[in-house]
Amino acid sequence: MGFRLEPRISTPAWLNVALSLAAVLAALVLCAGLIALAGANVIGAYAIMFESAFGDVYALTETLVKATPLVLTGLAVAVAFRAKFWNIGAEGQLLAGAVVGCWVGGFPHVPGPIAIALMLIAGAAGGALAALVPALLRVRLKVDDVVSSLLINSIVYYAMMALIEGPWKDRMSGYPNSPPIQDAANFPILMEGTRLHLGVVFAALAVPLVWLLMRRTTLGFAINAVGENAEASAYGGIRVDRVLLTAAAISGGLAGLAGICEVGGIHFQVMGEISTGYGYTGIVIAMLARLNPLGVIPAAVFFAAVMTGAEAMSRATGVPVFLAQVIQGTALITMLVALLFTAYRIRRTGGPAGVRAT
Amino acid sequence: MTAPPLLDMRGITKVFGEAKANDGIDLVVRPGDVLGLLGENGAGKTTLMNVLFGTYHADAGEIFIAGKPVRIRNSADALSHGIGMVHQHFHLAPRLSVLENLLIGQKGRRLVLDRGRALERLDDIRRDFGLWLEPHRMVSSLSVGEQQRLEIVKALYRGARLLILDEPTAVLTPAEAEGLFAAMRAMSEQGFGIVFISHKLAEVRAVATRCVVLRHGQVAGSIERPGEATNAEIARMMCGRDITPPERRAVALHGPVLELSRVSTRPRGGAGLDDVSLTVRGGEILGIAGVSGNGQRALADLVSGMLAATGGEIRLAGEPLRRAAPAEAQRLGLGRIPEDRMKTGLVTGMSVADNMILSRLADAPFSRRGWISPKAIRAFASERIEAFDIRCPGPEARAGMLSGGNLQKILLARELAHDPIALVAAQPTRGLDIGATQFVHDRFLEMRDRGRGILLISEDLEELMALSDRIAVMYGGRIVGEMPTTEATIERVGLLMAGAETGRGRA
Repeated sequence: MGFRLEPRISTPAWLNVALSLAAVLAALVLCAGLIALAGANVIGAYAIMFESAFGDVYALTETLVKATPLVLTGLAVAVAFRAKFWNIGAEGQLLAGAVVGCWVGGFPHVPGPIAIALMLIAGAAGGALAALVPALLRVRLKVDDVVSSLLINSIVYYAMMALIEGPWKDRMSGYPNSPPIQDAANFPILMEGTRLHLGVVFAALAVPLVWLLMRRTTLGFAINAVGENAEASAYGGIRVDRVLLTAAAISGGLAGLAGICEVGGIHFQVMGEISTGYGYTGIVIAMLARLNPLGVIPAAVFFAAVMTGAEAMSRATGVPVFLAQVIQGTALITMLVALLFTAYRIRRTGGPAGVRAT
Repeated sequence: MTAPPLLDMRGITKVFGEAKANDGIDLVVRPGDVLGLLGENGAGKTTLMNVLFGTYHADAGEIFIAGKPVRIRNSADALSHGIGMVHQHFHLAPRLSVLENLLIGQKGRRLVLDRGRALERLDDIRRDFGLWLEPHRMVSSLSVGEQQRLEIVKALYRGARLLILDEPTAVLTPAEAEGLFAAMRAMSEQGFGIVFISHKLAEVRAVATRCVVLRHGQVAGSIERPGEATNAEIARMMCGRDITPPERRAVALHGPVLELSRVSTRPRGGAGLDDVSLTVRGGEILGIAGVSGNGQRALADLVSGMLAATGGEIRLAGEPLRRAAPAEAQRLGLGRIPEDRMKTGLVTGMSVADNMILSRLADAPFSRRGWISPKAIRAFASERIEAFDIRCPGPEARAGMLSGGNLQKILLARELAHDPIALVAAQPTRGLDIGATQFVHDRFLEMRDRGRGILLISEDLEELMALSDRIAVMYGGRIVGEMPTTEATIERVGLLMAGAETGRGRA
C-alpha cells in the first residue's frame, strides 16, 4: 500500500480557493507547536491574534494600513511574474519611489491635491526606472533578471542611506532622516483617531485597475502570453521585448507607489526603516495570490493581520513576536505544496482494482 | 508448451474524469513479435504505454511479464523487468561520449566504471543486431538517426528484452529507416519483442509481424499478417470509416506569391540557408524535402519573419519583406504553420480562444484602442471551432489539454482565417493521425485550388509526393535539386537528401 502523484487533466475552480484556505490553515496548525513550546495556550494565542487584527474598528484600520504597501508590492510582483520577468527588486523600487516622491513632496507652496498627485507620479516613475534597469539588462544583454533585480535592492538601499546621512539629511533632526514633506502633501486621514490614510484607497483602487489591465487590455493579454510562451508570442507578432519592458515599468511603478504611500501616509519623510521588507513580502503575497490581482487583497490582509496580531499576542502571552515571520514563511511553503495538488492528484496504489503487486 | 509471452497486459482500464482513455485493453507481445501498435491520436496508445511505464496507475487490469504478475511504478521498474522505451524525444547527455551515455544511470555500488566490460557489451550488440556507434564520439556530434540508434543500444545494453519504439521513423531518412528495420528484424529473430508505434501504415506493413489497432480506448482489431493487409483496410479499422487519398486537380498557375533570391542566413536548428533561391506561384505547392537539420528550420523561420537574412531578397506577393518581423510577414499576406506547434505555434497555457486571435490581437473586432473584447474573441473562436471541427470542451478550454491534431487545427483555423496569399507550413502533419492528416491536406489543396501558393516543408516523402506540384531537396543549407513531382521518385529524392552528387554540382 502506498501513495503516488498522478497528473490532473483539469483543475476545478473551487479547488483553487479551497487549497489556498487549506494552506493557510495548515500553516497555523504547523506553527501551533512553537506556541505550545513557548508555554502558551494555542487556541487562546490564535484568538488574541485574530482579535487584535480584526477585533475592533481601530484594529481593523491598523491591519488595513499595514496591508497597503503589501497590496501594492504584491500587485507589482504579480504583474512582473505574469510576464516571467523575475522581479525580485520590488524592495529597491519601493525605496526609489519613496525617495523621488518624498523629494517632490518637499516642494514648497504646492496646493495639497496637486502635491499628492505629483508625489504619486514621481514615486511611480522612480520605481519604474529602478525596475527598467534589470529589465533592460535582460532584454539587451540577457543578464539574469533574478540576480540583477535582487542586487539593485542593495544599491538603492545604500544610495538612499548615503543620501539621508549626507546631503539630504534633515538638519533639524539628529537622526538620519530626509527633511519632511510639506504638510499639504501629507495624505489626509480618512477616519478620526486612526492611521487610515488616503494610500489605503489608492491600494484598494489599484487592485481592480490591475485586474482590468491583465484581463481586458491587449497589453495584459500580451503580458500573459509572453509569460506563458515568449516564442509563440513573438511568432504571433507580439513584440516580446517591448512587452517585457512595459511590464517591468508597471511593476516598478506599483512598487514605487507602495513607497510613496508609506511616505505620504505614515512617515512623511524617508528614513532607513521606511520599508520592513515590503518588497520581499510582496513576492510571497503574489505567490499566495497565485499571481491573481484579486487574490492579492486576501493574501496581503492575512499577512498584515499576522503582523499586527503577533505583536498583541506576544504582549499577552509571551510568545516571541518572531512567530509572525514563521507563520508567513510556513504559509508560503504550505501554499507551494498546495499548488502541487492543483496539478496532481493523490492516488492510493495497491488497492483492489489496482495492478497486483508481485 | 510455448514460452510465456514477454508482455501480457490484461483488461487495462484507465479513466480520466468521464473519459475512458483505456477501456479493457488486452495486449500480448511474444518473443519474436514486432507488434505494430496503431491508432488515431486519442485512441489510447500513449495512455497504455504510460500505464506500462508506471506514469499512470491503471484503474483496472493486470500486467504480466514472462508469466508473472508485476507492479511497475516508474521507468526504472520497467527496465528492471526488461522493458525499454525509445521516445520521440531523446534522453541523452549531449556533452558526453557514446560510451559515457551508456554508463550513466547504471545501477551498482562500485564507484569505478567498468569501461572495458561496457565496450565488450557494445561489441556484442553490434554483432547481434548490426547496431554500431563509435564509443568515443560525443553525442552532440551524432546525427538524429545516430542518437536514436544510441537510445536503442542503451536500452539493449541495460538488458531490455522488449523495446517500445514511439514513432521512430519520424526523424529518419528512408535509408536510415531501412537500417532501423533491419535491426528490428534481427532483434525479432533472436527472440526479442518490439512494440512499434507509428502512423505510417506502409512501414508498419513492411516490418510488423502483427498489428493491434486501438480506437476510442478499445482494441478495434488485430491483424495477423500486416504485410498482406492493404493501407485502406488498416485505415478503416483505425478510423472506423473509409479514408480517401487527397485528389489533386489541375489548376492554372498565377504569378509568384513567395520569392527568395540568393538568400543566406545564419545557422538555425542545424544549417543556415546558403544562397537559396526559390519561387512559389499561386496555385501550386512547392515541397521541400530533406533530412532535418539541413536548413529547413532556417527557411521556415526566415519566411515567417523570425530570422533575418544575411543576404538576398525575399518577396511576398511581390512586395519585399524588409524587416524580420512576424507581424510584417502577416501583413503582406502570409499564413504560417510552424514546425513545433506546442513551442512556437501556440501558447498552450492559454485558452483555445486566446490562441485563435494571438496573431490578430491588435485588430478589430478583437480589440479596440487597447481594450480587448472577450465577446468578439469568443464568438470568433466558436465559429472557427465549428468550421474546423476542433474537438474541445469549448473556446475557454486550455489549449494544452487538446490532442496534437486539434492543436494543429487551431493553428490552421487561425492562420487561414484571413485567407493568406501564401502559406509556409513546416512538418504540418508530424505526429498527426490519419484523420487529422487528411484534414490538413484537404485544407492545403483547397488553398492551392483557389490560387494560393504553399511552401510545404516536410520530412515525410509520401506526404510531399501526394501534395506537391514540385519538389526541391535541401542539403547543407542549399537547394541541391528540384523537379516536378511527376519526375520524382523516392529513390531519386532520397539520394539527394543524403547529399549524393547531382547534375547541379556537389552538395
